[in-house]
Amino acid sequence: MTNLLAALAYIADPANWSGSLGIAHLLTEHVIYSLLGVVIAAAVGVPLGWAVGHSGRGRDAVAAFSGAARALPTLGLVTVLGLWLGIGLTAPLLAFAVLALPSVLAGAYAGVESADRLAVDAARASGMTELQVLARVEVPLGAPLLVGGLRAAVLQVIATATLAAYTGAGGLGRLMFLGLKTQDYPMMLASALLVIALALVSDIVFLPLQRLAVPAGSRPRKDT
Amino acid sequence: MTWVLANLPLLGQYTLAHLTQAVPAIIATFLLAVPAARLARLSRPVRSLLVTGSSLLYAIPSLALFIVLPLIIGTGVRDTLNVIVALTLYGLALMVPAAVEALESVDRGPLAAATAMGMGIERRFLTVELPLAGPALLAGLRVVTVSTISLTTVGAVLGVRSLGFLFTDGFQRGLWSEVLSGLVLTVALALILDLLVVAVGRLLMPWTRRRRPSNTGGETEEAAA
Repeated sequence: MTNLLAALAYIADPANWSGSLGIAHLLTEHVIYSLLGVVIAAAVGVPLGWAVGHSGRGRDAVAAFSGAARALPTLGLVTVLGLWLGIGLTAPLLAFAVLALPSVLAGAYAGVESADRLAVDAARASGMTELQVLARVEVPLGAPLLVGGLRAAVLQVIATATLAAYTGAGGLGRLMFLGLKTQDYPMMLASALLVIALALVSDIVFLPLQRLAVPAGSRPRKDT
Repeated sequence: MTWVLANLPLLGQYTLAHLTQAVPAIIATFLLAVPAARLARLSRPVRSLLVTGSSLLYAIPSLALFIVLPLIIGTGVRDTLNVIVALTLYGLALMVPAAVEALESVDRGPLAAATAMGMGIERRFLTVELPLAGPALLAGLRVVTVSTISLTTVGAVLGVRSLGFLFTDGFQRGLWSEVLSGLVLTVALALILDLLVVAVGRLLMPWTRRRRPSNTGGETEEAAA
């Protein structure tokens, strides 16, 4: 209990918010790195997921990849990439992207695949090209699942970004490892609480986004 | 490779430590999630509380949970018990929603038939509902098994010995072979335990073992006819 109070006092102390190891700086770093990682994963995963979902080809490969990614320990990935690429931003960003990829891929792929077959057939019958079917029917209908996938990815990366500080990346993890090395339990706890708070905030931010992603036409009609 | 051969006893020791942390957590997860899911089936508020609660639990970063937990349960950060409880909580975050869905997916017909035959609620759960939910429960447990094995490595950052120790030690010493062997061993251990869970599932649910071959057999017979 005293540790918890000390941790809260650490967060509440304005002196701990400024400077290169200040909470403000680390928090911003944490958010930026997490978002960058997910953006990279989305740049690769979304088109790939759409292609797989639309054509139905490579479905087994995607499932196998997702399973393998779950078995891959985050810490192992972070350290291997750290050794390979050295201390800096590339290694952790790559690790985040790899970790976010299964969720993004699954969201994009499941969304397109879950699009109502009747709507897809109707679009095709009315003369749309395959690309139009994908862009105008399957992608909008699958948007809620895609946003769900992105939400899971962001959450996962925010949590993982803590571990990435082990190989020298910034973010709130730095505070955690600094506390660990100096046996400063309140400092470790403060960083843990901040990461949990950030994860919860990101989850709350995604709630309205997920609702917005539902295309107007596919909402259940109120007048019936 | 030479590093691996020279350190075989060490690797065995870490694998064993890894298992003593992960396996109790996986078993505890299953034993706690099934009654919890059954509770959730009884009332709507309990259901939403359990399902929302477990998804919130999953939002907590693993490293943070390892550090926060000793505050609540009064263990040391490096205690094996602390690791086991943390892993169990993560397991529950995945398993409780899966178990709730598994029980909900059970066909109502057989349950009504069991009641009509005069089965009590307890016996009906154990002999009808649970076996019918079995395959879906098994699928959830497989996910929990793989992710728990992988998550156990995080403890190494705090100084807990497990296969994850090969990552931290290897990184500090710049030993590629050590980090890579840790990675390979963790993934291999996850896959082996996954196969083990599947095997136990087949043993306990013989009907799932028979169903597939007879199904495909039936189809080919039909095709031949």
